[in-house]
Amino acid sequence: MTTTPAPQSGAETGVLARVSDVRCVYGGGEQDFTAVDGVSFELNEGEILGLAGESGCGKTTLGNALAMIAVPPLYVLSGRLGIDGREIDLATLNAADVKAHRPYRGTTVSMLPQGAMNAISPTLRIRSLVLDVMRAHDKNVAKDEALDLARDRLKMLEMPVRVLDSYAHQLSGGMKQRVITVISTLLNPRLLIADEPTSALDVSSQRMLVEMLLAMVEQRIMSGVVFVTHDLPVLSQISDKLAIMNRGAIVEMGPTAQLVEDPQHPYTEKLLGSVLDPTAETRRKGKEWLTGGSGLVRSATETAASGTSPSDTPKGATS
Amino acid sequence: MNENATPDPAPHTHRAESASGPQTSADGVVTHSVPTDEAVLSCRNVNKVFNVAGNKVHAVDDVSLDFAAGKVLAVVGESGSGKSTLARMLLRLMPVTSGTITFRGQDVTHIKGAELRRYWTEVQAVFQDPFASFNQFFTVGSLLRRSLKLAAVDKAEADALIEECLGYVGLTPKDALHKYPHQMSGGQRQRVMVARALMMRPKVLLADEATSMLDASLRVNVLNVLHDLKADLGLTVLFITHDIGQATYLSDRVAVMEHGKVVERGTTEEVIFSPQAEYTRRLLADVPDLRGSLKQR
Amino acid sequence: MTQELAAVAEPKQASLLTRLNPLRGMNLSSRFWIALVIVAIVMLLGLAGFVYPTGSGEKVGSLYDAPGNGLLLGTDNFGHDVVAVLMAGTRTSLTIGLVAGIVATLIGVAIGLIAGFVGGWVEELLMGFTNVVLAIPSIIVLILISISLPQSTIWSLAIVIGITSWPWTARAVRAQASSVATREHIDVARLSGARLPEILVKDVLPYILSYTVMAFVLQVSGAILAEAALSMLGLGPSGTDSLGTQLHWALAFQAVASGAWWAFLPPTIVLTLVSFGFLLLQASLDEVFNPRLRRGKKKQMKKAAARRAAEARALAEAAASAVDGSSRTRAGESA
Repeated sequence: MTTTPAPQSGAETGVLARVSDVRCVYGGGEQDFTAVDGVSFELNEGEILGLAGESGCGKTTLGNALAMIAVPPLYVLSGRLGIDGREIDLATLNAADVKAHRPYRGTTVSMLPQGAMNAISPTLRIRSLVLDVMRAHDKNVAKDEALDLARDRLKMLEMPVRVLDSYAHQLSGGMKQRVITVISTLLNPRLLIADEPTSALDVSSQRMLVEMLLAMVEQRIMSGVVFVTHDLPVLSQISDKLAIMNRGAIVEMGPTAQLVEDPQHPYTEKLLGSVLDPTAETRRKGKEWLTGGSGLVRSATETAASGTSPSDTPKGATS
Repeated sequence: MNENATPDPAPHTHRAESASGPQTSADGVVTHSVPTDEAVLSCRNVNKVFNVAGNKVHAVDDVSLDFAAGKVLAVVGESGSGKSTLARMLLRLMPVTSGTITFRGQDVTHIKGAELRRYWTEVQAVFQDPFASFNQFFTVGSLLRRSLKLAAVDKAEADALIEECLGYVGLTPKDALHKYPHQMSGGQRQRVMVARALMMRPKVLLADEATSMLDASLRVNVLNVLHDLKADLGLTVLFITHDIGQATYLSDRVAVMEHGKVVERGTTEEVIFSPQAEYTRRLLADVPDLRGSLKQR
Repeated sequence: MTQELAAVAEPKQASLLTRLNPLRGMNLSSRFWIALVIVAIVMLLGLAGFVYPTGSGEKVGSLYDAPGNGLLLGTDNFGHDVVAVLMAGTRTSLTIGLVAGIVATLIGVAIGLIAGFVGGWVEELLMGFTNVVLAIPSIIVLILISISLPQSTIWSLAIVIGITSWPWTARAVRAQASSVATREHIDVARLSGARLPEILVKDVLPYILSYTVMAFVLQVSGAILAEAALSMLGLGPSGTDSLGTQLHWALAFQAVASGAWWAFLPPTIVLTLVSFGFLLLQASLDEVFNPRLRRGKKKQMKKAAARRAAEARALAEAAASAVDGSSRTRAGESA
């Protein structure tokens, strides 16, 4: 597919995946919209990369490209994923490209899409979901074998095995999200792409999911995670490395603690500055605003000025 | 209105009523302090029971709260805590199962028709979803003009009122009125919604998760708008949220709800910085910390 | 970001007028145009009666004259020109279909809207009534009402068909309306002081208009067939030609047995065309209202694909010509 010689990602110890030059567009009749504009990064064995940015920055699009699940109108123009000594061409320009991705989907790279927990069929028990996932990969897998695997996994992660016999509506949101995470990693993918898995959850459920993901990486159920979210505090809990995306490009990347403590890019600084956590610092900021000056005139100007924020543009104009 | 315009510099923790420390009632409600200012809106023993497939679900369980004039009161709770149900009952969009809601001393629990519409000139709301709140077939202009019949202004004043309200949220009629919702960003849409609510010159603005679907940087913006509305217009703001961090930034008082019950209430400092109720403590402990990695390395 | 995906796939949900204008040059499928052409042909056939030299009541020959002699489709049992009768009949059938469709849609939308939006016991009551009406075999009701009417005109027939066929529309509209009723913009409208009728018309109806239009098209096609069935049984409008009465007389005067195909085949074909055209139109209207189902113009899609391929090639070349070690540059550093 590509003539570029494959970098020896397998030979270098420690490097799990090398992503280079991913470019994605949303196809329009007359004109395409570029959603991801040349993104490259490396992920080490056992690492979790946090991909953060505001809506429309291209983070979900990048996740879809990496998981090889891009469907029109999203087209991946270019991009390579070096993993396990193989060099996968991520481009999806024609049917042949898409077909070439099939053997990697779910095994090499698995995707936990946004809102997956609400997409579980209400009429089926969780166990049939397990079978679906396993059979999508191997048509001849035995029912008992698949369920045994799922049971083992659940036990391993200290989750109740009886969820397999439940229907989606009988489980809480947090439990649904954890179960679907376990199911989507049954095939031991090398890399898991998780898109906003915590966003619809309460803080307590968020924490349980984060802890479970950490345990899963620890036990090498998967060897690496790309965690996509807008929620910086969650990312700082879980990720080794943070990548901040804006307008389709990574503007800053580095070890989590370093990036949080000492952001270099003004956009990173702005994002970190707008985090509101229940601390004295937040309280002080709030009060400062109140005692800070001439009230509405100020907020009106400030608000009007914020129209330049990347995410503060009409929906259709962004990805 | 003017006496409310100056923000209260004194932290509420040092008020007389909290000197004796937080009180825990028989049913486990922790009350640090009660507001000393006159309540503009209050609810007493409000209940809401839903019938879900033959089962009774107690969504709101005996909630009594006072909303002091010119203050921001946050109702914090996770999903299923009943906070949004409470909000809809306070707005009179949903009937109560039992209990009373009073606005400026007047019982508004069961008012109807013209009386209810008069209530809505005083109590307005902004909702969670900046897209679903709009009728996508109408422009911002028709959305705002629709509120005019409640705003009770004549035609000549109408344009001035619209301009004034858009001005509060940093928009001008020229760049907003002709727009359809899909032509605006989430932040702009939510600001238009605030402007709409202000058209009636209400006393109380209820923001039901109004900022939770916005990006973080825009969120601070909209919170600041609410801050300023309180300070400059003396608006009482009811801020319903699942995000205790936003409540920390914005509110004067906080009430924490769990399973339809208020479990703790007091000033922001009291509830967030010295929580007493078990649930509040757990909630605060689970909030992810920017500097608290869970990785054991 | 599924939402954002949708935003891209559904670029403009502009004003009501633009949404409803099917001729706004969007990439409509050939299915839509075929449907439109069929329906247009049938309508033209109906309208052609106004300029056709022979009247439908004019006796131009005897019983079942074969085609020829200047008579394209021969004569019917009365010796009338079949072409002229067919034109008049098509017009009558279309009129009945339209009027019945409007009546059924009006009743169905009103009942469905109120039931779906208001909910509670109002919904139970209205939908209970709807289901009862639905359960009664409508053809029997139609026959009973038609017999009991002192004189059957096309208007009375249309209204009778209309008031027996609304329940389907009501049910479809109710489901849609109750889902719209939970949207936040309804609460916003109430808080803005809007009253129930205003909310139904301004805040609910526009959201379900596409379903309503599709239901209307189905109702029209259903009504035309219902008229044909009634008229074949001899319950049609008296003294008027319709596609159904044409078939009725053809049957009554042994057209099939005597091999006079020109007497029964033309109305049958027109009926088939009409219902096929409307059904196809209904199916393709889905694409007009739901751009996601719209298949792009092939040419334009090909062009876009070629453009993207060229872009990808250019990117690959640029990457190849760059320094070989470029892939080792970390994104964070290069930015």
